[in-house]
Amino acid sequence: MTTVVERPFDSDSRELERGRPASEAELSRRADWIRLATIELIDQAGLGHYSSTFSCAEIFSVLYYHTLRLRPGQPDWPERDRFLLGKGHVATGLWPVYADLGYYPADWLATFGQIGSPLNDHPNMRLAPGVDFSSGSLGHNLSVGLGMSLAGRLTGRDYRTFVLTGDGEIQEGQVWEAIMAAGHYRLGGGLVAIVDANGFSGHGPTSDAINIESVADRFTAFGWQAIEVDGHDVGALCETFDALPPVGEGRPVCVVARTRKGRGLAMMEEAPQAWHLGHLTPEQRDGARAEIEARMR
Amino acid sequence: MTDIQAPPETGPDAGGAAPEPREKMVDVFADDKGHTVAKTNPVGVEIARLADLDDRVVALSADMSAVLADLRQRHPERYFEFGIAETNTISAAAGMAASGLRPYVLSMAPFGAIKCAEQLRTDVAYNHLPVRFVARLSGLAMGFFGTSHHAVEDIAIARTLTNLTVVAPADANATIGLLRSTVDHDGPVFYRISEGTSPVYPEPPTFSYGKWVQVRPGRDLTIIGYGLGVGLGLAAAEILAAEGIDAAVLDALYLKPFDSEALLAAARDTGKLLTVEEHNEIGGLGSIVAETLGRNRVPADLDTLALPDVDLEVGVPAALHAHYGLTPDGVAQRARALVGA
Repeated sequence: MTTVVERPFDSDSRELERGRPASEAELSRRADWIRLATIELIDQAGLGHYSSTFSCAEIFSVLYYHTLRLRPGQPDWPERDRFLLGKGHVATGLWPVYADLGYYPADWLATFGQIGSPLNDHPNMRLAPGVDFSSGSLGHNLSVGLGMSLAGRLTGRDYRTFVLTGDGEIQEGQVWEAIMAAGHYRLGGGLVAIVDANGFSGHGPTSDAINIESVADRFTAFGWQAIEVDGHDVGALCETFDALPPVGEGRPVCVVARTRKGRGLAMMEEAPQAWHLGHLTPEQRDGARAEIEARMR
Repeated sequence: MTDIQAPPETGPDAGGAAPEPREKMVDVFADDKGHTVAKTNPVGVEIARLADLDDRVVALSADMSAVLADLRQRHPERYFEFGIAETNTISAAAGMAASGLRPYVLSMAPFGAIKCAEQLRTDVAYNHLPVRFVARLSGLAMGFFGTSHHAVEDIAIARTLTNLTVVAPADANATIGLLRSTVDHDGPVFYRISEGTSPVYPEPPTFSYGKWVQVRPGRDLTIIGYGLGVGLGLAAAEILAAEGIDAAVLDALYLKPFDSEALLAAARDTGKLLTVEEHNEIGGLGSIVAETLGRNRVPADLDTLALPDVDLEVGVPAALHAHYGLTPDGVAQRARALVGA
């Protein structure tokens, strides 16, 4: 797999601090690189979630190349910021990022889709370094993040816990138990829910199934601070995450990231649910690569 | 970018008072045989003691704060109330365990163990996290309140969850002993707490991981129980002894890992086995014993006293136990039939 991003560190103990400098052009380019890598991994495995991954590629890029405090050489570093992938079906987009940051060798990517691979379609914390918690069953990870954030407050650590949920995922009842409890415990910038509001679930528009809007008003009613942002505007995402309130004080933060399912490929933006789960033909794959690579040049 | 204003601040950090316990703890473990047993709810007392000894110990309550009075008094910062929201409680405990803590989750068995089987599986057990799940009021303990409050399928569910240790203490001292004996176990543990047990152990024992305890030797048959089944087995053995039947009694406190060695030894020694449990006849101790005998090709005469797989009656626990034969006389009657007396 092609790596377009230089390894950001040399030694295993190197700490990636919060708010690392990165140009908007570079962060956008990295998001497209995530899309390219996703196409390659799904091609290799024969099946995967394209359009849901594409909607959060900029979010991944900004978090891992700008926002999160990390030590890739020490994945269980207690002070690290946590990132939980509530919508676990888009882990394919994270595997190349973790390899690039040095959590594991890049040749692990070649095992994706095979029995025995540490990299599954949904992330497993027991297998893949860099994964802060397993996911796959929608609706659990905001609760898990709440627990991590409370643990951080109890132990006097100032890490932040970010939880990415899909907008369809918030139809799960457990999410609202977690939202209610987090509003009660007032974890401030210690707990950040990012809603990848791409407007689509697996089989159609999310709010055609059960209306979820206004997402921001609903979180706000439960004691959160809600921020609406264009989820493909890397500058706005950086600015939002840079301005998070302190850990452990006040309302927890919900970032409603308005995104497009299938973002970055015209054919998927036009028919997002058709590409929720699928496999590009070789011709489609080559065309998709060319479309993304043209933008990256 | 819009910053939407939230309503006025509320919650514990905004100066709200901690909730008061709703009920006084009742001394339901009164001892009439001279044994030293806990005078208050042993779960809450022991969790507070473990918290005294280990900073990692925290407790999460799904509306079970009264049990945690000692912890709330001594370590209020390590008590987390989650309200009537069991799924969130268990997943949050998994997050705490993944952050280095040793969370004890207290919940009512029907709502915590059965409703949240998926959270226990996906967040706790699959991830090998050291969450301690304490299922109180198991079996028919809340049988007065309706069929919704029966918890008679929990062992069947819990024992199929990979990596989960499943234990069931026989009395208050066993509860304390099991909590202590498993405090350093690195994986998740499911404690199935029976209410209304009769005393079996004079003091909290030190249990070996995965090992059963023979609480009474005997030649003619072996009564195997867990939870309140152990006390019933002992009481039945007294009745049988007066009739010249010599019954051994095994405390099968570990449902998983299962002490196959102790079971097979009992099968070889007495040849006749009677299991006693406050659980559906499907998937509980009786089922595990039958599987284990079959897989090991060890022949034995087996009878399983459990709750039938039918719509169960509703009533006070003592009446329900009498109805389903979960009494000393009921156990003795099945034992007589087994030995042909």
